[in-house]
Amino acid sequence: MNALHSTAAPPSSAAERETAIEARGITKIFGAANGFMALDNVSVAIRRNEFFTLLGPSGCGKTTLLRVIAGFEPPTMGVLSLNGRDISQLPPNKRPVNTVFQNYALFPHMSVANNIAFGLEMLGKSKSEIKDTVTEMLKLVQMEHLRSRRTSELSGGQQQRVALARALAPKPEVLLLDEPLSALDLKLRKEMQIELKRLQHETGITFIFVTHDQEEALTMSDRIAVMSAGKILQVGSPREIYAKPAERFVANFIGESNFLNATLAGDSVTLDAGGRFTVTPPEGVADGEVSVLVRPEHASVRAGEPGAGELAVTVETIVYSGDATTLHLKLATGETFKAKQPNAPAEAGVLPAEGDSAALTIAPGAVTVLKD
Amino acid sequence: MTDSALASEPAPGALEAHAARQDSRNRWLLSLPALLIIFLFASGPLFVMVIYSFLSPGDYGNVKWDFSTDGWVNVLLQRDIFDDTLMWADAHLSIFWRSLSLSLITTVLTLIFGVPTAWFIATQRPGKREFWLFLVTVPFWTNLLVRTIAIQELIRAEGVINNVLLALHIIDEPLQMMFTDFAIGFGMTYVYLPLMVLPVYAAVEKLDFRLVEAAYDLYASRWTAFRRVILPLIKPGIIAGSILVFIPCLGAYVTPRVLGGGKNLMFGNLIELQFGAGRNWPLGAALSLTLMAIVMVALIYYVRITSREEKKDV
Ligand SMILES: Nc1ncnc2c1ncn2[C@@H]1O[C@H](COP(=O)(O)OP(=O)(O)OP(=O)(O)O)[C@@H](O)[C@H]1O
Ligand SMILES: [Mg+2]
Repeated sequence: MNALHSTAAPPSSAAERETAIEARGITKIFGAANGFMALDNVSVAIRRNEFFTLLGPSGCGKTTLLRVIAGFEPPTMGVLSLNGRDISQLPPNKRPVNTVFQNYALFPHMSVANNIAFGLEMLGKSKSEIKDTVTEMLKLVQMEHLRSRRTSELSGGQQQRVALARALAPKPEVLLLDEPLSALDLKLRKEMQIELKRLQHETGITFIFVTHDQEEALTMSDRIAVMSAGKILQVGSPREIYAKPAERFVANFIGESNFLNATLAGDSVTLDAGGRFTVTPPEGVADGEVSVLVRPEHASVRAGEPGAGELAVTVETIVYSGDATTLHLKLATGETFKAKQPNAPAEAGVLPAEGDSAALTIAPGAVTVLKD
Repeated sequence: MTDSALASEPAPGALEAHAARQDSRNRWLLSLPALLIIFLFASGPLFVMVIYSFLSPGDYGNVKWDFSTDGWVNVLLQRDIFDDTLMWADAHLSIFWRSLSLSLITTVLTLIFGVPTAWFIATQRPGKREFWLFLVTVPFWTNLLVRTIAIQELIRAEGVINNVLLALHIIDEPLQMMFTDFAIGFGMTYVYLPLMVLPVYAAVEKLDFRLVEAAYDLYASRWTAFRRVILPLIKPGIIAGSILVFIPCLGAYVTPRVLGGGKNLMFGNLIELQFGAGRNWPLGAALSLTLMAIVMVALIYYVRITSREEKKDV
């Protein structure tokens, strides 16, 4: 275990961390003739020891960005550096970067132990060192009992652990993980999420993790980059991304959202449907017509006539989902609005019925002005 | 009532056992035609050959029903016409040696030319692969004899190759290529190349190139990735190709006949000789069975050495 801490103890705060991987203006165009732009001028700095997640819908270029970092795809334009050194020209076998492939890509003709040993052998480590590291890795992923098993005779979760151990064994500076959990069932997936976090913490290696599961991204990451159509739209901590999405796409992709029309004047925004809120608008948004975001759980509904500071709504549908109830509402402007209420222990008569008029309260500070 | 109902209920597992029995009976019936054909066309003739090899040669071919081991003795030895002492049959030994060495050389040559070819085809875009595979199979459309004679046209003294070399003043007089072991090897390599390309192609096509990327990612050089990952994974194709080339080479008949002439015989020609002009059917039968035995030994040995497991665990 201790050998893994070669990258020194993790610095105390994220802000002090140095940059591990830095992409500057990376563009990747596939096909020379009628080229398809898979990455469009991507610039991002990933800090050392960080659990960094690339999140985005299918086809947005997540895998392509990982492949550029690993060295499998030369970027059409742009510079990639690791610890301040330009590594754009290095082939994959010269980069201290290892990948956990989406399909694991374990060598089917080798045992679990030999799979894990492969990278170490290629680095020319001594026999005894290889043996020790393999044992250590097997322990780390709790697979000691399957050391000599063939990889084709493993379950999905076990294969995933071997893939992890194989990529971690050479102690890379950066570990790339391309949707490593997507093939697992929900329970195993949750377990592996915790295990991945633990491994990242114990090894102190920079993890760049790809997923299109927003919940996974929120629970595991130090920072998240939300991607769409080859671009990085926003980079931030899970809290920032969720609470202060810069764009409609980001808000929509992460969590449930209500988008409302409003008018911005300085630091005050007035909803078309009524109600005035104090906001800090993002840079580059001018006064006038804007779009704002309200998360469903930041609003509450009660039966009865709206009082001061409340909006008049009509309840259209009520959806019960165990821990909460979501009310689909119609505002006076005709805009729709979802409000999510945690379920109280006792079934009280507070909630209105479908078809009723009701009163909606939006919590102060729940309104976020969007860039677009 | 209840008792008898219980009694007539099948024991646990009985239904499964019944189904399994029925299943195996049906499978037997289904395999009957195959068994019949194997017996009629493989085991039957083989049995006849074994019997013939222990009989005496008839005066005009065929066999006399007198028991004799001469057929087998003559595979390796020959009796001196004057004093009846046994000596090594040098002619046979040199033919065996030629067959074995030429077959090995041909297998190696088809590997050298066939594996890169198969690799090239398998890494083309799917639509293009079919075109290249089609080209590989074109030679099968024509009779082997015709193709062999075409090779003769290439390599004979007044053939295309010699004419070109003479015209370019690279040589002063024609190279003697016909009726040499070179001619046979050249011809067999040409004839059997597709049999190497096709199985290797099938193996490379199935190869998961992401594994190769995984090897690069884990610091393997291109050559090491080939040796440690690609080669073991396409090995079944290489083994199949080698077997498909080596075995028919051992028994090749047409190619050595046309390109080797009367002097450079191979195993197949020797056998043919015994059933034809040599009028020694028992020897012919014994030689055929010997060839079979050599093929089987070679097969077993080859499979043994090549299917060896990846080295022990670390
Ligand atoms: N080798 C290639 N040639 C041409 N286009 C490609 C190639 N690889 C990827 N693309 C295209 O680039 C885009 C981004 O692909 P990429 O694999 O990076 O998506 P992704 O974000 O990983 O998606 P997913 O979540 O489905 O894995 C896609 O539209 C894809 O079709
Ligand atoms: Mg992908």
